[in-house]
Amino acid sequence: MNDNDLRLDGNAVGGLLGEIFQFEMTTAQTTCAGCGAIKTVAELMLYRHGMGAILRCAFCDQALMRITCIRGCYRLDLSGMSGLQVDADVH
Amino acid sequence: MSQLKWQFTTLVEAKWETPTVKTLVLDAPAWTGHKAGQHVDIRLTAEDGYQAQRSYSIASAPDDKNLSLTVERIEDGEVSPYLTDVLQTGERLELRGPIGGYFVWNSDQKKNNSQPLLLIAGGSGFVPLMAMIRHRANVGDNTPTRVLYSARSDEEIINREELEELASKDSALEIIYTLTRKQPKHWKGYHRRIDRQMIGEVAWTMKDNPLAFICGPTALVESAANLLQEIEYKSENIKTERFGPTGG
Ligand SMILES: Cc1cc2nc3c(=O)[nH]c(=O)nc-3n(C[C@H](O)[C@H](O)[C@H](O)COP(=O)(O)OP(=O)(O)OC[C@H]3O[C@@H](n4cnc5c(N)ncnc54)[C@H](O)[C@@H]3O)c2cc1C
Repeated sequence: MNDNDLRLDGNAVGGLLGEIFQFEMTTAQTTCAGCGAIKTVAELMLYRHGMGAILRCAFCDQALMRITCIRGCYRLDLSGMSGLQVDADVH
Repeated sequence: MSQLKWQFTTLVEAKWETPTVKTLVLDAPAWTGHKAGQHVDIRLTAEDGYQAQRSYSIASAPDDKNLSLTVERIEDGEVSPYLTDVLQTGERLELRGPIGGYFVWNSDQKKNNSQPLLLIAGGSGFVPLMAMIRHRANVGDNTPTRVLYSARSDEEIINREELEELASKDSALEIIYTLTRKQPKHWKGYHRRIDRQMIGEVAWTMKDNPLAFICGPTALVESAANLLQEIEYKSENIKTERFGPTGG
């Protein structure tokens, strides 16, 4: 098994994002600040770690979203994306 | 969207599908319905408060009576052996869902037939695709559908009987297996990993305006998606869901 076999994708953080956001976030469109790729959250590469998860661009590996939850406090670092479009109609 | 809440369900029936895969039928009084392809998060809590959480696809169709999951036991796994071997009928199971809006397929009678389906699975990655197949059958949708299912051996094919029964009554549903490790005697089907030639033989071409769903072990999903791109599929035509290293 190599490291890539362990990665998942944004589908797997639907539940976690559902703890934080009111809308369905796996279909939200992200724009990568590194390469400009426009992808839904579900299509990002997911790497989990002890305290949270990192979602990366499938093309340039830029970290688009870092999510941690420590002692009941969510912290999101979205500095790797230049846009996030959330559809209020998708439930 | 209502905030996702943890809810208790009760195991009402359990059935081995293969020597390592079990279907759990749940009574879920607070369940509000789902779409084919969505999953739930399962949470196990130990007596000392330690919790473990994993995702499992919903195996039942939205139109089925009960909510069911189909779980492959991973040796030495933290959660899956509990679900397949420890949890007894009548016991409670905590979950939240339905989760996900991308890897879903809805029968749309108005658009019927407009996008033929290509469902590619490896191992337990077949579970959400079976929900789509069941949904399609339940509502009498006749969208042309090809299933390419990679399993290690014929004993490891999940839902085989039901699948073949459905296909025998429905000429628009084609099932193609590839058995990667062990084949029965006189096996005439594929017996290798999904490759370019196989995709060329099985996949709809781009002029059919297909929609592909690929699910299973990460390596299989990524290789199948790349092969489809080589035959000109665009990313809008390919939906993927990675299960990680599991599922053969
Ligand atoms: C969105 C989503 C939906 C899913 N749906 C389903 C489903 O419907 N049915 C289902 O059975 N699973 C499904 N999974 C996988 C499931 O969530 C778990 O990952 C799986 O059950 C293993 O969990 P575990 O706790 O038993 O093993 P863990 O304790 O997580 O893993 C034990 C160890 O085994 C390794 N490992 C895991 N699998 C293998 C393998 N095949 N070969 C070698 N090493 C391995 C792990 O990396 C780890 O080191 C889904 C995953 C996702 C992300």
